[in-house]
Amino acid sequence: MSVITQYFSEGRTSGKHTMPFVIILLAVTAMACLSNLYLPADSALHVSTYSITLLGKYLCYAMLALAVDIIWGYCGILSLGHGAFFALGGYAMGMYLMRQIGDRGAYGNPDLPDFMVFLGWKELPWFWHGMDQFWFAMIMAVLIPGLLAFVFGWLAFRSRVTGVYLSIMTQALTYALLLAFFRNEMGFGGNNGLTDFKDIVGFSLQSDTTRVSLFAITALMLAVVFVISHNILSSRFGKVILAVRDSESRARFIGYRTDRYKIWLFVFSAVIAGIAGALYVPQVGIINPGEFSPINSIEMVIWVAVGGRGTLIGAVIGALLVNYAKTRFTAILPEAWLFALGGLFVLVTLYLPKGIVGLYTQLLEKRRTQSVKESEA
Amino acid sequence: MNAIQHTVESLRHTFRPDQVWPFLAPENAKVNVDKDIILYVEGLNLSFDGFKALNNLNLYINDGELRCLIGANGAGKTTLMDVITGKTQCDSGSVFFGQNQNLLNKDEAEIAQLGIGRKFQKPTVFEEQTVFDNLELSLKTDKGVLATLFSRLTPTQIDRIDDVLKIIGLAKHRFMLAGALSHGQKQWLEIGMLLVSDPRLLLIDEPVAGMTPDETERTAELLTSLAGDRTVIVVEHDMEFVRSIARTVTVLHQGSVLAEGTMDQIQSNKDVIEVYLGEQEEGATS
Repeated sequence: MSVITQYFSEGRTSGKHTMPFVIILLAVTAMACLSNLYLPADSALHVSTYSITLLGKYLCYAMLALAVDIIWGYCGILSLGHGAFFALGGYAMGMYLMRQIGDRGAYGNPDLPDFMVFLGWKELPWFWHGMDQFWFAMIMAVLIPGLLAFVFGWLAFRSRVTGVYLSIMTQALTYALLLAFFRNEMGFGGNNGLTDFKDIVGFSLQSDTTRVSLFAITALMLAVVFVISHNILSSRFGKVILAVRDSESRARFIGYRTDRYKIWLFVFSAVIAGIAGALYVPQVGIINPGEFSPINSIEMVIWVAVGGRGTLIGAVIGALLVNYAKTRFTAILPEAWLFALGGLFVLVTLYLPKGIVGLYTQLLEKRRTQSVKESEA
Repeated sequence: MNAIQHTVESLRHTFRPDQVWPFLAPENAKVNVDKDIILYVEGLNLSFDGFKALNNLNLYINDGELRCLIGANGAGKTTLMDVITGKTQCDSGSVFFGQNQNLLNKDEAEIAQLGIGRKFQKPTVFEEQTVFDNLELSLKTDKGVLATLFSRLTPTQIDRIDDVLKIIGLAKHRFMLAGALSHGQKQWLEIGMLLVSDPRLLLIDEPVAGMTPDETERTAELLTSLAGDRTVIVVEHDMEFVRSIARTVTVLHQGSVLAEGTMDQIQSNKDVIEVYLGEQEEGATS
């Protein structure tokens, strides 16, 4: 009992900060799903399956932006290589989906994926074993990015590499993986990647219900990740993380082993990116080494910057807005998109250092001070 | 011949009778101060690019003492603190906390957990967090990752923070961001962060820089009241302030101890007058 009263006495009503977001997200998701499944296709409120898949993709990006924000906005570690963790999670899912094809591939080989038959391989490489089990593939989708992040973090943070040097290293990490995955001998399908997926845990990927369910699961996972991240970051652990961002040496002199904090936060962030990647692949139907490209990782940073770093909601809003803009913009003027993105980044850093969410809170405060003045006058 | 000597020397080092091998030492060994000396600094040497920042420095601090370190710029005061707190590695020498804790093979976090708190010359607080959070972070608790993830403030800890807030005069500002405090208030907050962590030894670098005379007086009171239970080492340039708090003063000069004694003894010491006070007076008269 005392634990509970103490909990509430500290003013920490659970879900006070996360509930609005979770409710809105799940409500919108439910409405979109229902209108896709039950409204006739000619109804004005009907949401097409294409839109559902697009929304699912955006939510994966939002989760990825959340991962970047946790490490950059809260801990000040600018990772320009989060695409690597996203792609690794995606590859784990892709390998599972590849094994599910079975003998329905172009070559009809029941054991080997098409590209291996094409390369003339006789048997499955060792790391493809077990990937036909869904649970195993999902463990790998979380474990491999987490492990990579742990090893990278252990080496980098313990040697106290910070700032620009660390950013360059993360960029190099994702670039090295890009080059490695391009090679056919690696056994991940070379530059074509993995594609031509048929079904997931027995459900056809082409059917509307599967796509709607994937979208709903993505939304649910985003909500779960959002709540967990919020709880972690508002615990004392989160306060230490902020302390590391603002003055790492001071945090050390207080007695915190800051490198360990950074390593575990980095692992947590990589795991979220891995989950986002695993949800992304069945919805877009392909994973190739292009996902490792450094430009992708830089784009993620821009999403977070636009939305407002240091706030979880900002990362989500930024990812949704920028990607929606990208979809619209590339339909009109495909070649100009990168310039627009670059321009957006410059504008945001110059005029909106705290992003859209920062602008919103600023406006709120202005209104509040104004109303205070008016009531005084 | 040399090789044999070297081997013997390293063997002797391995089997030092006054030490236990690190893997045999108990995990949370208490600091042993049976001999009433809390800090042993012996034969400390450190040079930066040929400049001798510390030169065979020997210093012993008694348990519960309030000691002032003075010296001109570059005398090695801050460097000494850096070595004690693990920020800088020294070239040779030994630093022991109590009789049993070798500080030279520990990192900053471990040294802080042993109970050595430090206040920097420039006030460094976590500006983006509230005054309360700053103090919460400094509490003497388990600083492991898992422990902090699941920790909650106990009522005792909240009371402790409230007490310290009263002592440092920031009780009204507890939910204010630390970055919004004035310079003097930040100094106080940093002292509060030291207090709340309940350290054995406090290393305080220029505590009254940027404080009003009134605040300076309160700081002097606070520091004198701390001594006894805790050991306090203060580095300060303000001679008035040093005179008001110090019982024992150590003068550093070019990386080693020049003189040690009460303020009166120091002021009448010929060497000190020559290298430190003398210069100041000359500067004042000219």
